[in-house]
Amino acid sequence: MEKIMEIDNLSMVFGGLKAIDNVNMSINSGAITALIGPNGAGKTTLFNCITGVYKPTSGSVSIKKPGQKESEKISGLKPHIINRKGLARTFQNIRLFSNMSVLENVMVGRHHKLKANIMGALLRDRKTREEEEKVVNDSYEILKKINLHKFVNEMARNLPYGAQRRLEIARALSTDPFLLLLDEPAAGMNPLETRELEDTINRLRSEEKITILLIEHDMSLVMNISEHIYVVDYGKMIAEGSPDEVKRNPDVIKAYLGE
Amino acid sequence: MEDFNWKEYLKDSFISMLWFSLLLFPMLVMKITVKGGMADVTYRWGYLVVIPVSAFILSALWKYFRERQQGGDKADKRGEIAALFRRTFIENRTVKKVSIISAILIMAFYPVFSGMYNTNVMISALIYIMLGLGLNIVLGLGGMLHLGHAAFFAVGAYTYGLFFKYAGQFFVDAGISTGWMFWIALPAGGIMAAVFGVLLSLPVLRLRGDYLAIVTLAFGEIMRMVLQNWGNVTGGATGISLIPRPWLFGINVTPRLAAVYIYYIVFAFVIISIITVSRLENSRIGRAWEAMREDEIACQSMGIDLVRNKLTAFILGSVWAGVAGVLFASQTTYINPDSFTIWESILILCIVVLGGTGSISGVILGALIIKLLPEYMRAFAQYRLLVFGLALVLMMIFRPGGIIKKVRKIYRFPLDEENDAAAEGQN
Repeated sequence: MEKIMEIDNLSMVFGGLKAIDNVNMSINSGAITALIGPNGAGKTTLFNCITGVYKPTSGSVSIKKPGQKESEKISGLKPHIINRKGLARTFQNIRLFSNMSVLENVMVGRHHKLKANIMGALLRDRKTREEEEKVVNDSYEILKKINLHKFVNEMARNLPYGAQRRLEIARALSTDPFLLLLDEPAAGMNPLETRELEDTINRLRSEEKITILLIEHDMSLVMNISEHIYVVDYGKMIAEGSPDEVKRNPDVIKAYLGE
Repeated sequence: MEDFNWKEYLKDSFISMLWFSLLLFPMLVMKITVKGGMADVTYRWGYLVVIPVSAFILSALWKYFRERQQGGDKADKRGEIAALFRRTFIENRTVKKVSIISAILIMAFYPVFSGMYNTNVMISALIYIMLGLGLNIVLGLGGMLHLGHAAFFAVGAYTYGLFFKYAGQFFVDAGISTGWMFWIALPAGGIMAAVFGVLLSLPVLRLRGDYLAIVTLAFGEIMRMVLQNWGNVTGGATGISLIPRPWLFGINVTPRLAAVYIYYIVFAFVIISIITVSRLENSRIGRAWEAMREDEIACQSMGIDLVRNKLTAFILGSVWAGVAGVLFASQTTYINPDSFTIWESILILCIVVLGGTGSISGVILGALIIKLLPEYMRAFAQYRLLVFGLALVLMMIFRPGGIIKKVRKIYRFPLDEENDAAAEGQN
């Protein structure tokens, strides 16, 4: 199996707090990997370090795009650069562009796929118009994939909660990632919505060939879909393995799953 | 209004009435005149009737409107009416077209049927539309609270002023009409404003919200202070006078005709600004600006270069103010630092916020209201600030989106999902 992301001895220190302590992790191409652990264990901090929101104190994150030979270091780069390299994420506390329409949210994600500059926007020449038409249609297609197309012109903040979570995924998808990082995608969803989400994630992997790393507290979802699970507690990686291995691991049971 | 609690309502208004009567008693009822070292108190009992009655009525009105705004059982019905109104008038393309065309026609012939005074007033209103549209890019789209917009207005005006002061003689000696200088100063003012915009954005790009507001505010004051105190270069508090009007085929026109001429130049610029802002808004760049306003972290994580987009928004806004400054200098032919105080920045901010943040028609209406009303209501000049402040407070409570709220673009797709060839975005 080809490794598409490797985290090497990553640490993140805030003042005296070691939020992430020498974490090593690797992600296989095409896999669904889960990151679990109690609240405050450092899961989201790890996401922030990977996506460039934080600059890790030490250690490195490197990626190898599918089909590429050389791996490249991404830790320390700006978030938008990392995104352009093919990593997209969603946020635990929904961060949609709430006063923009659903379609526009997705269109923003396609920003760097477009080329129009200020002059193009002002003159609105044929190339720009065609590009605009294309981005509208592409974005609509993406919404269709996530089953949000009936909300196209709805303001993002007026969407039901589950749909907002799905829109976060749609927006991340619109940047054409090869690795999608989902931060608690099922939080606040009802069982039906969670099942739909499970389908969506599976579909993204099988149809779009996107590798997925997710943080989730819904254990049945995690155990159902992920091939590999990492468990963190107090910033340290305490276990890893297949769902069955992790379920039986005494450390994990003690720290997180409960007896 | 079945659930409406009349008792509570009347009780609250009654309490406010008592409170205001007590509070205002020493101020309005008792009038103290000092005569020969002796204080003499006259009681104006009339006020004791006026205060409670007006306090009661105002308080009742206030509560009524608050109630209405927060929903109540009529909210749905009102929402429907508002939606119907929007569909029939605002979103209707024919209505939109007709109103835009008639507005353009009225504005195009305005100086023909109005006197010089009115034309000059309208010119300054138009200049403020430009300033408002410039700030609208920074604040309405980019979400950056910029309180130093007048500084860039000053940069533009002083670019023209200083250019005339130091190069005017050269033009006279060479036998070229000084009116030509305007056409050179126009792009130069824009460029200078852009340069200053870049300078200011160096510290500003890292800041958000209140911090940004303070830095821009300080920048505005610094600019004014420099203009005021650097006397031997800028002319200090006396400013620069006799700035030439734009060249008009070498004809020495009367002031009235010159005003008409400038009016059309400014009018053309306003049209250009409107087209520019509306096109930018509906482009890739405008969307990035708005995303930046909504959430910076999410915006970055979607592959948008924050620094670059903030910079473009800031520079564009500044260029607009700079060009408006040159126009202003040529209209008044006299500039001094007093025209570019913090008050001016706040006025522009009010235009944007009052009219409707992010909405072009809102900004236009805002500028017209804020610049024209005080001109034509000189009789109430002393109440100007009072009315102004009151209007802003009421706006923020009852209509926080501004007079004309921004209408989002509607994209239409065919219900038939397979037929994507017909899919088109339309306004």
